[in-house]
Amino acid sequence: MANSALYKNPILFAVVTTVVVLIGTVVTMFYPMMTPEMHPKLEGLKQYTPLQLAGKDVYQQEGCVGCHTQTVRPLKTEVLRYGEYSKAGEFFYDHPFLWGSKRTGPDLARIGGKYPDAWQYKHFEDPQSFFAESNMPKYGWLKNNKLDPADVEAHMKALGFTYQPEDIALLNGKSELDALVAYMQVIGTSVKKADAGDKKKDLSVEPVNPFKGDPKAIASGKELYSQNCSACHGVKGEGGIGPSLIDDEFLYVKGDLKDDDYFELINNGTQAGNVEEGRTMKGGMPPYASLGRDKIWHLVSYIRSLQGK
Amino acid sequence: MNDYHYDNQTVKGFILSSIFWGVVGIVVGLLLSIQMWSPSHNFPPFFTFGRLRVVHTNGLAFGLGIGAIFGISYYILMRLSKRPLLFPKLARFHLHLFNAAIALAAVSLFAGMNQSLEYAELEWPLDIGVVILWVIFAVNVFGTIIKRKEEQMYISLWYIIATVVAVAVLYIVNNLSIPAGLFKSYHLFSGVNSANVEWWYGHNAVGFIFTTPILAMFYYFLPKSTGMPIYSHRLSIIAFWSLVFAYLWTGAHHLVYTPLPDWIQTLAIVFTIFLIAPSWGSVVNGFYTVGADWSKMRTNYLTKFFIWGITFYGLQTVQGPTQSLRVVSQLIHYTDWVPGHVHMGTMGWVTMTVAACIYYIIPKIYDTEIYSEKVANIHFWLVLIGQLMFSITMWITGIQQGALWKAVNPDGTLKYTFMEVLSKNYPYWQLRTVAGLVFTVGMLFFIYNIHMTIRKGKALAAAKA
Ligand code: HEC
Ligand code: HEC
Ligand code: HEM
Ligand SMILES: [Fe+2]
Repeated sequence: MANSALYKNPILFAVVTTVVVLIGTVVTMFYPMMTPEMHPKLEGLKQYTPLQLAGKDVYQQEGCVGCHTQTVRPLKTEVLRYGEYSKAGEFFYDHPFLWGSKRTGPDLARIGGKYPDAWQYKHFEDPQSFFAESNMPKYGWLKNNKLDPADVEAHMKALGFTYQPEDIALLNGKSELDALVAYMQVIGTSVKKADAGDKKKDLSVEPVNPFKGDPKAIASGKELYSQNCSACHGVKGEGGIGPSLIDDEFLYVKGDLKDDDYFELINNGTQAGNVEEGRTMKGGMPPYASLGRDKIWHLVSYIRSLQGK
Repeated sequence: MNDYHYDNQTVKGFILSSIFWGVVGIVVGLLLSIQMWSPSHNFPPFFTFGRLRVVHTNGLAFGLGIGAIFGISYYILMRLSKRPLLFPKLARFHLHLFNAAIALAAVSLFAGMNQSLEYAELEWPLDIGVVILWVIFAVNVFGTIIKRKEEQMYISLWYIIATVVAVAVLYIVNNLSIPAGLFKSYHLFSGVNSANVEWWYGHNAVGFIFTTPILAMFYYFLPKSTGMPIYSHRLSIIAFWSLVFAYLWTGAHHLVYTPLPDWIQTLAIVFTIFLIAPSWGSVVNGFYTVGADWSKMRTNYLTKFFIWGITFYGLQTVQGPTQSLRVVSQLIHYTDWVPGHVHMGTMGWVTMTVAACIYYIIPKIYDTEIYSEKVANIHFWLVLIGQLMFSITMWITGIQQGALWKAVNPDGTLKYTFMEVLSKNYPYWQLRTVAGLVFTVGMLFFIYNIHMTIRKGKALAAAKA
């Protein structure tokens, strides 16, 4: 068969090769592209605002995708760690998709609203001040790069996104860091977070801390606290990005709450507008359900010890 | 003879350029590997991990890889067509344009101009440059083959033709984008569709840059350096057609468990498993060729490079399909396992094979012998050890990472925080830097050997004249 004309005629050979190469291409790439299946869009999905788009541009410019993914797989432990798994319709406005392929850092598909803006700024400025062993580079220098509103407007036009002149005017004086934070806060927000209220129902938690006053639990809580909480609530619980844990207010109202309310808040995190015992949340407290029940109780023991209770 | 001389200088130009870009890419790789355990080695804005990572991958895939492919393909083309290149001046221009493009590519990536498509990071003005480079290459490839003085087209020419055709289709389609400024564009495709197009491209960049052109080299230089003909021509034919057919179906194995429609994932996994067959077709062909006389592994240093190279190709093409299985993917995807896998292919298969071709070509061009087989052997062992250390440490890290990420307590909660898992990687990441250093020293021996061979060749030529 090697003597056939095919192996003597380079043009014929190239044509046949092209056809062979195109078969798989058509079936797995061109054909699906022609179907609505490849262009899904969630109902709640919004176009990026100029500031958010500028932030997405910075994300691409800095190659964050080399360390971070933006897609949660529908696997039990992955949903536990990062939140609701990713839906096809979330990415309609992403040119290109930024799912990534390496998790040197954690997945960011559900980062929007997970932390307050202040946390994001401080973390970009110095990730190691939050997690001593983080290998994420510092990005505080981005605040020295001012956005060029005309550029961003051109980008909005290229993508055909709608915007108001005010949105462009808003960019004056804003930096790449401001934009990046705005982008972080919108990622994954088109999927409604599992409502804290729903989770509460399955939380059949003891009304009193079973580890109350236990020195071992306090020691363990202290360590957990310095790893997870002190960046926001201060080294001694005095407050910072998050409110003080040692004053006599809880969620901005005088009067402390019970152990199980502490447990629930730490377990579920908070969302702006939700109400707990008649107190309205402002949001920004991340959920720590992944720590597990015992460790959360250890934290409560430690906070109580800080309060001198 | 004189025409060959001019073209040989072009070939040599490509080879030396490719080595130069290889050094740049490897040095950047070393810095990257250090940044992963020492973030204080980030120097913003140009030398932060995120920007450097793409300089590394592009520098090596396009600078070292494509540079070597252009040069060595031209060499093969002339021998198998029994004539000089049809357009020698164009080939020389090709060389200069290539170096200009890679230099600009590096600068643009340092500057953060990045399309964020893996292996297609370059912004649109450079994409146009790449397409021009490719068209020039195609013109010389087809022109020279059409005007050849040998009736049959040998296997290597099939692989070169397939490379030219497939890369053209892949590169152009995936780089279709909406320009939004001189240095900024957005992928024409969005969301899941963008992902599907990108990985159709991305996996086949592996197929048609790190596989088919390297197989062209393997099929030409293995028989040349051993003096033994390829074991089975029939096997070559079957392996060739099934490889180029199957590759294009498999891109979605990079998107397992993502929101991409399941049927595309499943189809990709099935074809990925099938790919073992044609891949091993070439491996078997290589083994049986040398199987006629295994003593060549000892007596001919080039055989060692080629056979270990194809062995790593064989390991890669079993590991890759295994990785695509859902049960395996859920464990090792997104972990350090993947760089472990990648570097066995790039440092083992690609770089070893390319180095062996260069060892063969440079003395031929200067009509002399290699400067030192001993140095070549030291080079061989160092890159082998460096590469194995790299891959093995990263496999261990990857499995550990994957296992700890999904470890749960009896009450169903996660056992480890992200940071707890990350901090366990540090010793391995440090070992990887050591592995990289060993590999780099090996490459320095290689460069020294080539340098001395050229010096020897020049002295000989001067003495003759
Ligand atoms: C070298 C890898 C690396 C690079 C590059 C990198 N990060 Fe990170 N990132 C990490 C690691 C590791 C963590 C976890 C530790 C921490 O929070 O510092 C992290 C954490 C984060 C978090 C907090 C996630 C969470 O759920 O707590 C955000 C947000 C983030 N990175 C955004 C970015 C952005 C935006 C960029 C690009 C400007 C970037 N990162 C670049 C490694 C990286
Ligand atoms: C990213 C910053 C951040 C981190 C990290 C954080 N918190 Fe909070 N925390 C907040 C914010 C903000 C609030 C206020 C929530 C609201 O208004 O919705 C809050 C509220 C609280 C409250 C209610 C306190 C009060 O007086 O109102 C408790 C208790 C608490 N956090 C405990 C913890 C514990 C324990 C950890 C560590 C496991 C932790 N937090 C980690 C930001 C954080
Ligand atoms: C001294 C030698 C080398 C070192 C130290 C090195 C180091 C690295 C590092 C640290 C990464 C990033 C991994 C991560 O994000 O976890 C990387 C990725 C990569 N390197 Fe290298 N490398 C070397 C040689 C090479 C060579 C010779 C090639 C190709 C010819 C190559 C091709 C790649 C590719 C394609 C990737 C991307 C992998 C992925 O996306 O998973 N590297 N390398
Ligand atoms: Fe692949």
